[in-house]
Amino acid sequence: MRSRLALQLVLAGVLLSFAVTTVSAQDAAPQVDAPTPTSPLDVPTPAPNWPKPVKDNRVLTFVTFDQLEGRTNGPNTSFRWDGEGWIGTDFNKFWFKSEGRVINGVTSDGDQEFLYDRPIPHLRYFDWQAGARVDIDSGPRRAWLALGIQGLARYFFNFAPTLYVRDGGHVAGRLEGYYDLYLTQRLILQPQVEMNFYSKADRARGIGTGLSDLDGGVRLGYQFSRKFAPYIGYTYTGTFGQTATFNRQGGQPTGEHRLVLGIWLWH
Amino acid sequence: MANHSAYFPGTATESSESGAPAITRMCAQERGHSLTVTRRRFVQGIAVAGLAALVEGKFNQAAAQAIAQSPPILTGTHFDLAIEAHHVDFTGRRRKAIKINGSLPGPTLKWREGDTVTVAVTNHLPEATSIHWHGMRIPAEMDGVPGLSFAGIAPGKTFVYRFPVLQNGTYWYHSHSGSQEQIGLIGALIIEPQAKDPIAYDRDYVVLLSDWSHTDPDTLYTNLKKQSDYYNYHKRTAGTFIDDVETKGLRSTVTDRLAWGRTDMTPTDIADVNSSTYIYLMNGNSPGANWAALFNPGERVRLRFINGSSMTIFDVRIPGLPMTVVQADGNCVQPVTVDEFRIGVAETYDVIVQPHEDKAYTIFAQPEARGRYARGTLAPRTGMTAEIPPIDPYPYRTMADMGMAGMAHTKGMKMGGMSADQMQGMNGMQMEGMGGNGMPAMKDMNQDMNMSEIKDGDMSAMSHMHMDQHTEPSNDPPVGKTPFPQPGPRTARLMPPPSQMMARPTQTLEGEVPLHLGPEVVMVAKNTSPRLRDPGDGLDGNGRRVLTYADLRALYRGVDGRQPTREIILHLTGNMERFIWGFDGQKFSQAEPIHLKLGERVRFVLINDTMMEHPIHLHGLWSELENGSGEFAPYKHTIIVKPAERVTYLVSADTPGRWAFHCHLQYHMEAGMFRTVIVS
Repeated sequence: MRSRLALQLVLAGVLLSFAVTTVSAQDAAPQVDAPTPTSPLDVPTPAPNWPKPVKDNRVLTFVTFDQLEGRTNGPNTSFRWDGEGWIGTDFNKFWFKSEGRVINGVTSDGDQEFLYDRPIPHLRYFDWQAGARVDIDSGPRRAWLALGIQGLARYFFNFAPTLYVRDGGHVAGRLEGYYDLYLTQRLILQPQVEMNFYSKADRARGIGTGLSDLDGGVRLGYQFSRKFAPYIGYTYTGTFGQTATFNRQGGQPTGEHRLVLGIWLWH
Repeated sequence: MANHSAYFPGTATESSESGAPAITRMCAQERGHSLTVTRRRFVQGIAVAGLAALVEGKFNQAAAQAIAQSPPILTGTHFDLAIEAHHVDFTGRRRKAIKINGSLPGPTLKWREGDTVTVAVTNHLPEATSIHWHGMRIPAEMDGVPGLSFAGIAPGKTFVYRFPVLQNGTYWYHSHSGSQEQIGLIGALIIEPQAKDPIAYDRDYVVLLSDWSHTDPDTLYTNLKKQSDYYNYHKRTAGTFIDDVETKGLRSTVTDRLAWGRTDMTPTDIADVNSSTYIYLMNGNSPGANWAALFNPGERVRLRFINGSSMTIFDVRIPGLPMTVVQADGNCVQPVTVDEFRIGVAETYDVIVQPHEDKAYTIFAQPEARGRYARGTLAPRTGMTAEIPPIDPYPYRTMADMGMAGMAHTKGMKMGGMSADQMQGMNGMQMEGMGGNGMPAMKDMNQDMNMSEIKDGDMSAMSHMHMDQHTEPSNDPPVGKTPFPQPGPRTARLMPPPSQMMARPTQTLEGEVPLHLGPEVVMVAKNTSPRLRDPGDGLDGNGRRVLTYADLRALYRGVDGRQPTREIILHLTGNMERFIWGFDGQKFSQAEPIHLKLGERVRFVLINDTMMEHPIHLHGLWSELENGSGEFAPYKHTIIVKPAERVTYLVSADTPGRWAFHCHLQYHMEAGMFRTVIVS
């Protein structure tokens, strides 16, 4: 109950701040011929209905899927998605991130995030992001406050650590990273890893304390265009510590190696 | 210096009279500080030149022979332009385009200096449009920049431009609304001089270069905003790593990769949009269509090159045919013969070529980022073609482009080589003009305009400046009264009173904004220097004689001899990764306008902190490039600032108004590299 309220408050705040900043950032003045008032210095002042000479603060939208793939180890197959996107200007963006895994109609790892994003002053390539994360899947629902950074570290490493807090003093952390290694101009080898940490166990979701799980892989994709690149790869999904124990108790594997086939997409 | 006589019609008359080409002699004697007589003779030469039976360039005939593929030429004082949406197919795909009077590029407008022209522009597009007269010195409300000069031309409306034409030369016009230039709203502008054209030629052709993509301009731009290296298919790969290890060794390859990796930048970042999506057009013709210009062997052919592209800097040459550059940005320059020149977006160069052989030549324009090319043919008969040269290798940025090279890349003079005496010899010269960069600035010391202006060593040169005036000008600066005219054979150089001349200018620095890294600024170049003698990335050591900015020396003296009273220092900044561009770390929407006082003379100091070239264009006023030519500094409207370069130019703020000041790379401008300059 309390978590739902917290979520609502956060979302409302995020949406409000977003709306305010983007509305002020853009002017969509209609272009009408109008007499131009003249200032005392004889330099005509632009009429209020004139357009801006350049629109350098446009609201743009972006959606990408880093993972949109089938995973198989022979007898078992699963579907995995990991996507993100944003709408906004250079300095104010509203991000959403979504990931999850479907095995036999059961969704797990259903992690949906709604974040407000701004560049970090004095850093060239990193943004901070704050907002909410909701675990929406076949398990019990959880809502978290989220605070993280995302961007390009030195040597072209893409890096996104995020910290989550929820009611009951639960703290969680996630590290995500990947690197695009260009074998040719279009053939890309991408190592990728995601790790989750939890301060407290959440037995209902099968989560233990400490390093809970790791999802990593290497994908080899061919960019037919920047926006469309099918890939083939290998992934390893493992659970550790207490989480692994819960898995064993539930008769689940603690480590899986799978062949993946998927598409990188963006728009 | 090339033989001037070949380019001046006055020559014929003068020759019959005295047996020596007038201009040649004048220029020779200028250096001897004795001009009075020759200048008068030169004017006389002009007066009688009209009587001489000279072969003059005629557009009509020459153009008719190439008309199948050239935009039409409109002459007169009243013009009606209809801007319409069309579809064209340059790449095998029919795409939306804009035509003017049914032509892409739009018709070539031919004006006469001294006329008052009226251009009625009717917008048949579903969106607002505009036409900006690039390089024209006209009232601000006629400048055609929506949001600064006027509201734009709404759909279905007609806007009537009317202004006196007070200059001559080659210019162009284009839309200033969104990315309409990219899809065809461009055209050439030719203004015949009121006096006799100092450039002699038998044929006259416009060569308007542009870039075209079957991806619509908004998608081009938003792709860059979302993934700035979207069009870079020259990335460093595992393959290039192995190649580099083989040629340079493992250690230096790894060191180099790490050095670039630390900044998250890449040396292959040459052009944000390039041949991976663009094809390149010459007068609206793809290379396959092969635009052609005809000549008879022995004729002097004037080619007016205009770079009307959105994002492409071109390297132009005609293999087998030296080109003599006679005009830059509409202003005559002392002829300089080259094999190749780089033309930034929005720049113009007029060249004279004189093919003697009865054979075809390829006019070859390759973009800086190579890949594809624009091409046409110069031929004695229609249907001829010449060999197309291979594309040059892809250029790479160096640490010098990053402003990190220190003195390592400077050639010649080391600081240690400069004796105290030499330093002493610089007394009285305005060291301020050299900026605060100290050592790197020394590299191009001999290019510093303040020094070259008086480099002949004695102040007596100044008295000659007065002597050569036909009419002694008033010493009162024409503050806001009339604009300074374009330098020409009859213009005089305004000199300040001697007291002011001798005094050091009071230079108030327009605070160099302290920059820090951040979302808008990925790099602040540590070492910047004028790179005026540097032909540019990709042109070094190619075995051809390539024009540099240091080669440009105006044919006529600049008209404003006053020292600047202010310096306006602006850093060209950007974040390539985020595709944010601006000045001093600010996008247009974040920044305040730059204010100039009507009548004042200021020095613009541009420091490029990015690793790309930016062709910077100031509307409405001339930019007098300080390239070491002193009072013969070339008047330009668009100036390429190279990576890690520090370039200065002088501006006489003689025309009131709100003027646009921006990078002419279309998508850099849209991403914020734009300022308003208010002259009031």
